[in-house]
Amino acid sequence: MSAVEKVFVEVTAKHDKEGKVRPLSISWEDGRELKIDRVIDVRRTASLKAGGLGIRYTCKILGRAVYLFDDEGRWFIEM
Amino acid sequence: MGVKTGEVLWQAKQKCPGLVIVPPDFKKYLRFSRMAREIYADYTNQIEAFGIDENWLDVTGAEHISGDGEKIADTIRQRVKSELGVTVSVGVSWNKTFAKLGSDMKKPDAITVISENNFKQKVWPLPVGDLLYVGRATKQKFANRAIFTIGDLAKRNVRDLKLLLGVWGETLWQFANGFDNAPIRQLGEESIVKSVGNSTTTVRDLVNIEDVKLIIYVLAESVAVRLRSHGLKCTTVAISVRNNELISFERQGKISTPTFVSGDIAAKAMELFKANYTWDKPIRSLGVRGADLVTADRHIQLNLFKCDQSDRESLERTIDSLRERFGSYCIQRCAMMIDSNLTGFNPKNDHVIHPVAFTR
Repeated sequence: MSAVEKVFVEVTAKHDKEGKVRPLSISWEDGRELKIDRVIDVRRTASLKAGGLGIRYTCKILGRAVYLFDDEGRWFIEM
Repeated sequence: MGVKTGEVLWQAKQKCPGLVIVPPDFKKYLRFSRMAREIYADYTNQIEAFGIDENWLDVTGAEHISGDGEKIADTIRQRVKSELGVTVSVGVSWNKTFAKLGSDMKKPDAITVISENNFKQKVWPLPVGDLLYVGRATKQKFANRAIFTIGDLAKRNVRDLKLLLGVWGETLWQFANGFDNAPIRQLGEESIVKSVGNSTTTVRDLVNIEDVKLIIYVLAESVAVRLRSHGLKCTTVAISVRNNELISFERQGKISTPTFVSGDIAAKAMELFKANYTWDKPIRSLGVRGADLVTADRHIQLNLFKCDQSDRESLERTIDSLRERFGSYCIQRCAMMIDSNLTGFNPKNDHVIHPVAFTR
């Protein structure tokens, strides 16, 4: 079993007037800007795999579902 | 491996050589505590904290919306687990004592329901020490009278318990029988401390200024300790005096800078006493109180002509930590030795300070 990694990422997000946040893209380690095609689900939850917690956005990126967490302003993904 | 709570690290390491030690992160602790309370707030506005990681929730009014107590408890348990990633144990009951007791019965990640129908089977066989506020000393007193379980306590004659423990005996008896009906505070209703005081009725009447001085020092020390433990300083000192005909009065005066130093409080108290008492009667009871409280860490106007207070403050803190480690009597004022019958009491610890939640 490979260990799940917690990778902090830079996120471009849209904050609307109601205070809702929608992440639009993340900057990946290799410099690529990865567009978030769709946000499938949003909920507050703990990341039991990577450790930590926050608001979890289940995002579709390059056809894959990825958990993106917003831990009070610091964003990370489970890898 | 036999490692216990509160054990020192080197002992634990001896028992378990490969021990991994994780440093505590109090900020994180507070954050999780806050987030858990946010979840609770979805179900009721009556949330009363008991320490940092325990809360009482009164969900009486929420039954039509969120289901009965057990249902709500289960929802909360699941939500905390999934949203915060930690487990909680919940006790569900019709009073605070049994709810707390229940939460301790099954751990972790569990729910215990104590109802009016089953509490005699569930609660009464438990050792009396499990009951809230029955500590080591009370447990010993109970053991001397063959009270070992909560049931033993509940079945005792309440008058005997009152003789044994005073008002507190009656309170504990009520707890054991499930008669505890203390309400759960509303959110934001936390009481604010307005003053900190101690008073005592002395073992013999006080007849001269020396006697008074001794008592005032004992009381001032206790007041100072309690101010420090609350992180407060007082800017007003008040004394209350009652003579042997039970006629009493109170006087108060300002001090130049906020303080939690016992010497300052005692000096002001003495000054007030000397200015206001004429010794027509011996004194039966004395009290010292610090009022107009300010937080201890706030900025103050320094006095040009007086030396820096901080040395004396750290001296007192040192005394606090000595006493915490080695007992109240390991260090004391020389004056306390003059008449140990008179001064041999500890206003802070001897008095059972009723937890706010139960006595208000």
